[in-house]
Amino acid sequence: MPLLKVTIDNIEVEVEAGTTIMNAARKIGGSVVPPAMCYYSKLEGSGGKCRTCLVKVAQGSAKDPRPMPKLVASCRTLVQDGMVVQNITSPEAMESRQAITEFLLLNHPLDCPVCDQAGECHLQDLSYVHGLQETRTVEERRTFKPIDIGDKIKLNMNRCILCYRCVMVGDQITEKRVHGVLGRGDHAEISTHIQRAVDNDFSGNMIDVCPVGALTDNTFRFKSRVWFTKPFDAHRECKKCSGKVVLWMKGEELLRVTGRKDKYGELEEFICNDCRFDHKETGDWVIEGPRTIERHSVISQNHYLTNPGDAVRIVK
Amino acid sequence: MATQILLKNIDVPGLAGFQVYRNLGGYTAVEKALKTLTPDEVTDEVKKSGLKGRGGAGFPTGMKWGFIDKQSGKDRYLVCNYDESEPGTFKDRHIGTLNPHQLIEGMILGSYALGAKTAYIYIRGELFYVLNIIEKAIQEAYNNGYLGQNILGSGYSLDLYCHPGAGAYICGEETALLESLEGKRGNPRIKPPFPAIVGLYGCPTVVNNVETIATLPWIINNGSDAYAAIGVGNSKGTKLISACGHINKPGIYEIELGLPVEEFIFSDEYCGGIRDGNKLKAVVAGGSSVPILPAELILKTAAGQPRLMSYESLSEGGFQTGTMLGSGGFIVMDHTTCIVKNLLTFARFYRHESCGQCSPCREGTSWMEKILTRIENGQGTTKDIDLLVDISKHVEGNTICPLGDAAAWPVASAIRHFREEFEEHIKLQKCPF
Amino acid sequence: MQDNIKISEFSRETLDLVNRIINRYPKGREKSALLPLLHIAQSENNGWLSPEMMDYVASLLKIESIEVYEVASFYSMFNLKPVGNCVIEVCQTGPCWLRGAENILAHFEAKLGIKPGETTQDGKFTLKTVECLAACGNGPVIQVGKEYHENLTTNKADELLEKWKRENKISHTNPYL
Repeated sequence: MPLLKVTIDNIEVEVEAGTTIMNAARKIGGSVVPPAMCYYSKLEGSGGKCRTCLVKVAQGSAKDPRPMPKLVASCRTLVQDGMVVQNITSPEAMESRQAITEFLLLNHPLDCPVCDQAGECHLQDLSYVHGLQETRTVEERRTFKPIDIGDKIKLNMNRCILCYRCVMVGDQITEKRVHGVLGRGDHAEISTHIQRAVDNDFSGNMIDVCPVGALTDNTFRFKSRVWFTKPFDAHRECKKCSGKVVLWMKGEELLRVTGRKDKYGELEEFICNDCRFDHKETGDWVIEGPRTIERHSVISQNHYLTNPGDAVRIVK
Repeated sequence: MATQILLKNIDVPGLAGFQVYRNLGGYTAVEKALKTLTPDEVTDEVKKSGLKGRGGAGFPTGMKWGFIDKQSGKDRYLVCNYDESEPGTFKDRHIGTLNPHQLIEGMILGSYALGAKTAYIYIRGELFYVLNIIEKAIQEAYNNGYLGQNILGSGYSLDLYCHPGAGAYICGEETALLESLEGKRGNPRIKPPFPAIVGLYGCPTVVNNVETIATLPWIINNGSDAYAAIGVGNSKGTKLISACGHINKPGIYEIELGLPVEEFIFSDEYCGGIRDGNKLKAVVAGGSSVPILPAELILKTAAGQPRLMSYESLSEGGFQTGTMLGSGGFIVMDHTTCIVKNLLTFARFYRHESCGQCSPCREGTSWMEKILTRIENGQGTTKDIDLLVDISKHVEGNTICPLGDAAAWPVASAIRHFREEFEEHIKLQKCPF
Repeated sequence: MQDNIKISEFSRETLDLVNRIINRYPKGREKSALLPLLHIAQSENNGWLSPEMMDYVASLLKIESIEVYEVASFYSMFNLKPVGNCVIEVCQTGPCWLRGAENILAHFEAKLGIKPGETTQDGKFTLKTVECLAACGNGPVIQVGKEYHENLTTNKADELLEKWKRENKISHTNPYL
């Protein structure tokens, strides 16, 4: 199969047929990669909903060089040979992204000071880069009471951006889905409808795929800001999953266990609830060493020495 | 009198029954097609007729059929979009209630052309009584050998079923309709792939509007040339216009495309003028989503030419001074109408009907409604008007499906043409009407 | 299963209808019958869909309960809370508003002493606002069960109310019958 040539923000890259613009951009890396709030490469059918990754297609293909009439969702649009894409070089795409960010924040409580996700929240990252300086809405925000869905997972619907990732985890990773998107339009919400516990071996992955603080780990609730914890790669023998995790330590105390995420915030592998919730002693784990953290991350504050390049190593 | 294709026999008592329809020449198009035409020849006739989709988008029907994937080896489906819900549009209800066999005959013709063995009529749940009428007619068609196995000995077999919706305008969007038909939430799919390749149950599918399908028997009986001879420019044939609002004779009219708008509104043959001798203020010409135009721009184009009821003429001037034919939902407002309040009901409608899947539509429709509510209640600020324009601009074109555009256009156009009325609400701190 | 949970079940006749409907869709695509079945289920459950009823529909179609909840909560015709015997749905979208829908709604509110979304104390009437019913030429329009009542005036509304009270009107009947 011949490779397809695509140009994104004046950088040329060759990819296989069937690659999306998003993944072509990820192959280039750096600032040309559009932000993804709903797309998740490991969840089938994800993407297309949040619209933060809209880009301009200035040339459809070598064969048909016409531009596409509207901005397209880069996570769901396949590249064509000779396609020319503008992401950060398109004022139109940047303007739209700012608007989408505003839409996503419209009903968001901005309660970062009391949100466990703060510091690793994709909506925070998005707003830093694309948010407006001021709020233009004076309307009341919709509010829900935080509830437990299962004993380990807290649902704070106020923060949800309806990315559907957790629903896809329920469908694709767990045995049986008991939660979903109920209602429609501005009334849509993540819910089990009647109080039902989300309880199965892999449900905890919903927390890791959530781009915001809508689904958080009850066993870590209010224990610490993430930037006061240090991440370590670790593993254990596990019959249900790979057992490869990240341990989040504060001093000697193991506060939280999560899956290992790549630079786009996606899990490398889904882990089971046993590993995530039920092994909170360091003795349960073989610690491999400090986890590599992106330099731009707030988590890298204080603990890290900067190396040349993007990533830094933890200094023990 | 204009040519009547859809309403010709509509007043004949008992038309909904098989025998009456048959006696008036019904099902002869099916006989002609199945006995003398190949499926491709039927498709060619429709292509040559210039028939455009009558649901609102106006996409050429024959071309849409031409996209269907006949090589995949999968089953193919024809689905009739009977989810008529666009405010101002009430033409399709009429066809199913009074003339269901013409729709069924069209379904047989379309299915034959596409090679579909099963076809569905997706009808909005509120119209369940119409579904009952159509199901009864379908049973008659089975009993008389026009549906089922080996129709008229041609070797072609077709099963046709009705499927009720349950209250969701968004299911008029064809991929949301297919999701709904599969028993799911009516969330529009991300395109491509288009239904012609991946449609119902992952199979190649064509979705056509009721009026489009009910036109097919006439085209097959009378030929594509006869159809294309009606109308003006690229607006071929007749169109059902459902007229409502402040006119003397609200109702459904079948016009030949190209009729002057002025004649349509003021002649006794059609709307019969404005109620109580009032002044015409504005018209929404093609269902609630198309831009509203003030009286002077709906009657004449910006260039001073008489505006015609045709795809081209109504859209002349782009969105600056023109609008769209859309679904043919013609909403007329007299000088007593508050444009802001009317717009607020539309904004509420789109907020209510947004599926909530993509953020610009979910958040944008809700935000616009809230701002308009404040303005209408006298709590708006001057900034709000520009904010509305800005929101509408960022909803438009950025959503998964056209509902975002449909919600944005009425807002943008009302402010474009009636800005002073918004300002007055803000200045007076109340609705001036 | 606890004893005090009421198990919903359809009659033999209804199940025959249900099976005929399911057979309209290809093998393996039984979920397609969900909307028709929910219409029937609602009519057999006093006009609303209780969790038990939805679980029963899920079992008929061999799908998960959440799939039914997701769908039922998406479509505006399904009531997820109990309603009165006679549900009056008043269209309030532009074309009906142009022709006085607000007066009709206010009239029903005054006559029944309830706001939209509420049910009268005697459980006889529920008032609902709905969006476009696609009968704009004959606005104001209301829907009660399968019936459309068009070109409504306050007098006509009074006559209808009297009639419904007299008849003990029940709006949720099996829509297929």
